[in-house]
Amino acid sequence: MDPRRTARTVSGPKVRQVGFFTPAPPERSISDPPRFQDPIQPPSPSPTQVNDHSPSGNSLSPVMIPPAHHHSDNFLRTALQVTSPTKAFSYSAKTVTIPPENEDVASSFSPGRKVFSAKSPSSFPGVKASSVPASELTTVSVVNLPPGISEKAGGASVEVQNDRPVSAKTLKEKTSKAERRALQEAQRAAKAAAKAEGTKASSAASKVVTSANTKPSKAAKSSSQKNDGSQVAASEKKGGDRAPEKDRKKDAPHPRMQYDDKSRVEKAKKRAVVKQTEARNRVELFRHLPQYEHGTQLPDLETKFFELDPMHPAVYKVGLQYLSGDIRGGNARCIAMFQAFKEAIKDYSTPPEKTLIRDLAARISSYVSFLIECRPLSISMGNAIKFLKNRIAKLPLALSESEAKSTLMLDIDRFINEKIILSEKVIVKHAVTKIQDGDVLLTYGASSVVEMILLHAHELGKHFHVVVVDSRPKLEGQLLLRRLVRKGLSCTHTHVNAVSCIMQDVTRVFLGASSVLSNGTVYSRVGTACVAMVAHAFRVPVLVCCEAYKFHERVQLDSICFNELGNPDAISKVQGREEINYLDGLVNQENLQLLNLIYDATPSDYVSMIITDYGMIPPTSVPVIVREYRRDHLWS
Amino acid sequence: MDFQVVVLAGGNSKNLTPLVSKELPKPLLPVANCPVLNYVLHQLEQSNLKDLIVVVEGEDTALLVGAWISGTFIDRLHVEIAAVPEDIGTAGALRAISHHLTAKDILVVSGDLVSDVPPGALAATHRRHDAAVTTMLCSIPVSGPLESGSSGGKDKAKKLGRYNIIGLDPSKQFLLHIATGAEIEKDARISKRILHAVGQMEMRSDLMDAHMYAFKRSVLQEVLDIKDTFQSLKEDVLPYLVRSQLKSEALLNRTPQGEENSNEKVSSQNNQAFISRILANASTPSFHGLYSENPDGSSSTRKTHKCCVYIASSSSYCVRLNSIQAFMDINRDVTGDADHLLSPNNIIGPSPKLGTKTTVGPNCRLGEGSEMGDKCQVKRSIIGRHCRIGSHVKAVNSVVMNHVTIGDGCIIQGSVICSNVQLQERVVLKDCQVGAGFVVTAGSEYKAESLAKKEK
Repeated sequence: MDPRRTARTVSGPKVRQVGFFTPAPPERSISDPPRFQDPIQPPSPSPTQVNDHSPSGNSLSPVMIPPAHHHSDNFLRTALQVTSPTKAFSYSAKTVTIPPENEDVASSFSPGRKVFSAKSPSSFPGVKASSVPASELTTVSVVNLPPGISEKAGGASVEVQNDRPVSAKTLKEKTSKAERRALQEAQRAAKAAAKAEGTKASSAASKVVTSANTKPSKAAKSSSQKNDGSQVAASEKKGGDRAPEKDRKKDAPHPRMQYDDKSRVEKAKKRAVVKQTEARNRVELFRHLPQYEHGTQLPDLETKFFELDPMHPAVYKVGLQYLSGDIRGGNARCIAMFQAFKEAIKDYSTPPEKTLIRDLAARISSYVSFLIECRPLSISMGNAIKFLKNRIAKLPLALSESEAKSTLMLDIDRFINEKIILSEKVIVKHAVTKIQDGDVLLTYGASSVVEMILLHAHELGKHFHVVVVDSRPKLEGQLLLRRLVRKGLSCTHTHVNAVSCIMQDVTRVFLGASSVLSNGTVYSRVGTACVAMVAHAFRVPVLVCCEAYKFHERVQLDSICFNELGNPDAISKVQGREEINYLDGLVNQENLQLLNLIYDATPSDYVSMIITDYGMIPPTSVPVIVREYRRDHLWS
Repeated sequence: MDFQVVVLAGGNSKNLTPLVSKELPKPLLPVANCPVLNYVLHQLEQSNLKDLIVVVEGEDTALLVGAWISGTFIDRLHVEIAAVPEDIGTAGALRAISHHLTAKDILVVSGDLVSDVPPGALAATHRRHDAAVTTMLCSIPVSGPLESGSSGGKDKAKKLGRYNIIGLDPSKQFLLHIATGAEIEKDARISKRILHAVGQMEMRSDLMDAHMYAFKRSVLQEVLDIKDTFQSLKEDVLPYLVRSQLKSEALLNRTPQGEENSNEKVSSQNNQAFISRILANASTPSFHGLYSENPDGSSSTRKTHKCCVYIASSSSYCVRLNSIQAFMDINRDVTGDADHLLSPNNIIGPSPKLGTKTTVGPNCRLGEGSEMGDKCQVKRSIIGRHCRIGSHVKAVNSVVMNHVTIGDGCIIQGSVICSNVQLQERVVLKDCQVGAGFVVTAGSEYKAESLAKKEK
């Protein structure tokens, strides 16, 4: 807990700047805040998991570069080779019946392989007999299962044997040479694949060794962190430079890559699934954040829909929705991600000669890196992923695959229910006590918790007025407003530029948050800080509603070092108003830089109270919650 | 990705007589010396879709197509052929194989589509919106021969035919209205309900339905089951789904919801509602969501389903081979502008034997084993395998299929000559189609005619 203490003392001097300010001494120490370190990491049971859970490989932060894919290309290819034929065969196996009366047809159809013909639609349950006679399927071309790879399907190989004689008979005279050649080639491919797998395994082993080697130095580093907070940044930087070449080759890059470091960006790009073109004119101060040309990613990702074999469809769908902005908001993104992971776990089966714990963790990591490429993770998602990985790592080895899977799925459900839904209910219960008749409540943006509080208070029959403050370009407040008005609440809608005018009538401000950091800073939708500041100036209490699972032990004093950059076009254009095009043709000019920040940090001084599932606390008590409760509830 | 692919290859198309025949069904019609079905299958293979069902009209055709596929795509694709009776339409064909459909979503591709639009894009759009049906729209191809100095085909000026009238929402993601076939000429009937819900509709006539659809399986099967009379996907099923998107019969939404609930029985219903509300509130609702909302804000029993579109970018190539003109266009484009469509293995075999002073212009394709005499001219034409062409022959903007014998001094412009045709000396053909096995007597001249052997 020492690092946090020191961090707080660093933040002690009132650095109140919210927006832009020149990099002052304290900034340096924040740029490398204590990462998720030993207090929350479980003692790793084996050296191999050190690799998976070492801070550099695994700490998830809202702004980080895509870690590498754990599947090498070779692996992809073999997986592809293996899975597609088995699927094919299992499909045909399902419908094969050979009625005797069709025998003549089968023999007359020489070049192809008439494998079956099922004439009776009634054999398929649930099919209504329609006027059109159901037609049969004839397999004319099959993908041969490469011999030598006996992956996970006894049924498939049996099916091959059933299939072979039929085809062999018809094809032998004509294309026996070609067939032999194909067989040979398949065998060669299989051998190559096996070899690749072997090398991969050995490289993984060597990686373990290197990580074990580097571990002491890291431990030393973290201890130095404990001793001296102000030295951390410098020593870490040096360590990064000194890192051996091998270490750099590790497929997991630095989790919070500085995007102004060109060589690293190049390396990360090579591994990326989503094609990302970086925007050219970035604001100088925010160069370290990832910024991509919007509009190119989605079509590119869409075209790859069928080519990303290892990606589970549910995960893929969620990624697309993140990218297109169909799902947003910390809770929703977290729930959507977990539901996709649940689907993926449900369909998961451990490949032979691998253990579920390690393979599944790697699989989840690859999903996560895909999601990061779609959109940087929110802090809530980072916490949730850490929870899931922890659960996977802690699965007892004796558990069977189905048991392990159901345990994990139950864990995910438990997380969603307890950490998100139940805590929202508790927060609502707490917050409603703060609403009295005649209150004028102000909220900014669209927070799901705040919405629930307002609706619940309305259901309780309290009479109050709501001011929904909104801002371009997302105009999320309008969606909230729509739902509130439909429920019959009396509302006022205004934009953030008018907040100082309306604030004098307001009695309370309710804000949502993306995260609350351990120095009490509220990390939330951009504009929140401004509203909180105005409210503070008018001496209106500011209540921040945030579930405890979004708390994070990081310390952040400004909104520069970690943030997310949105689509710069969104601020230069007005949606639905084509005629407002004053910036047309200027967007790509050298001397124009557009900045669309997504988040900002509200200093704790402006926050009167944080309402969380553990009750209503002052912002100074956040570290206590992070320290005392997270360990008990999230990580065990 | 839980997609099943159905290729509707068709059989003998009436639009394409005399090019197609019993021996040469439409799927095998050569485009630049390689069957048109190859383009679709190749593209699907590129997209890693290796498990296909090919639906063919007619048993004999199925045998032919099956033989070709098994010869070409052995070890590359897992293809199953289904033979359906002729003239039951695309919807009927799907109905016939409906019991083989098991995946969550079905990708239906027409076998005569020559395109470089990745099917993945359509599928991804479909998934992202959780749509009932997603259709691919492409810009209308430029029709008519290139007017670069050729005398042929000037009467057919470039004109954009009207294929579809399509109504889109402002975000160009949802399909609100579609008129196909005969309906185009009639008045457009637009549901007031849809118009009211969306507020703004964009009518386009410069887009064409490319006949590549992604259907939710449950929806497709329901519709095919209930609407027995539906014949065509394009003219019946799709317009029906679009029309009824705001008043979809309850059963359209029943099945998927049931599945979802069974997945998550562990959590209580109450929490489920919570989660779905959070997720629903997280996104900007489409007009479907807004419409199904009651005035008091609770979601009501009004069922909706989404009909989405994927609009192919104008730079991509996408044409259907459904008329002779389209056949000519595709042949022209595939050798010219869109030559990336040709898979590398079918470019040219060993170079054909050319006589002296014979010139072969650009954008031509000669099949293997063809022989040409002296002083021939070939421009923008495709010549199949094992053709014997005499001397002083001029071929411009034409397609000559396999095993054709062309006598000395023939002039062929803008014509299609099918396999095994014999052109005797000094035949002049302009904008003609010559059916398979036909013999054109010496010295005859034809213009814009369709010649075919009499059916015995």
